Amino acid sequence: MASGRSDRVPQALKILIAGGFGVGKTTMVSSVSEISPLRTEEVLTTAGADTDDLAGVEGKRTTTVAMDFGRITIAPHIVLYLFGTPGQDRFMFLWEELAAGSLGAVVMADTRRLADSFNVIDYFERRGTPFMVAVNCFDGVKSHTATQVRHALDLEQHVPVVLCDARERESVKEVLITLLEYILKSGGKPSSNGHAPS
Amino acid sequence: MSTTDGYAGASDWLDDDAGPVVRPYAITGGRTDPAGFDLIAHVVATAGEAAIAGRPPEQRAILAVAGNPVAVVEVAASVDLPLGVVRVLLADLHSEGLIERYDPPATPDGPNEQLLQAVIHGLRAI
Repeated sequence: MASGRSDRVPQALKILIAGGFGVGKTTMVSSVSEISPLRTEEVLTTAGADTDDLAGVEGKRTTTVAMDFGRITIAPHIVLYLFGTPGQDRFMFLWEELAAGSLGAVVMADTRRLADSFNVIDYFERRGTPFMVAVNCFDGVKSHTATQVRHALDLEQHVPVVLCDARERESVKEVLITLLEYILKSGGKPSSNGHAPS
Repeated sequence: MSTTDGYAGASDWLDDDAGPVVRPYAITGGRTDPAGFDLIAHVVATAGEAAIAGRPPEQRAILAVAGNPVAVVEVAASVDLPLGVVRVLLADLHSEGLIERYDPPATPDGPNEQLLQAVIHGLRAI
């Protein structure tokens, strides 16, 4: 069908910006997004129990999760979405949907609270989603080296670790380019949704 | 706070901070099926003015922001409804032929090299 409308539909891609509370996810999104980060909410209800793991939250009927996202028009026909993803365990039901079909993920870390990144890193490692770690240097003081952070997080050698300033557009661009070059180098490892051949 | 004036002060509870007056899933009749709309799938309204008239306000709001192709997640942010609710409403509109749906291509083998190069190039240029 040559409706003409489909010609106007860009190819949409997504990258996840994951990390603990207050680590600078939305700041990173806003530094490179062409729109002010938009906020959308998802309500987890018990009606979704067949797909959402509610173990441990019995008695809790709804949870509202806010997600901030931004957009970068890469080319007239390519649009990249950046999703700031809450890092806490209780938001894991969202991650599967966000990770499925994503190019990869940036795990933002704060050296004062590195432990906040553990579960996110675990998740992407288990899922096989390509990810990197970006250490947000809030005050511009690089108090730790990337090597120290890599060691503290027990990351495999091939996982990129960079120091960045989430407020600086150029710094965030470098982070995203680092992630994409890493994905390219590792052969575009599938961000599989369970359909990968075994 | 006074507890004696009954409904006289009821409007105090109905502001932006209070959230929606209608519980979100009342709009969908309690349905929560996400209908498989990807967050970054694009939708575009195909309906003329006539088809929009008389529709529930939430559906009209969605059709109004989907005049040009727009991602599902942007629709949800624009109309200020939870994603799950918007997806049910989109599924209704789609089944009635009022919107077209464009899912992102499935990439079981991961993104291709050409696309990744294009994104890297594009990022350097912004």
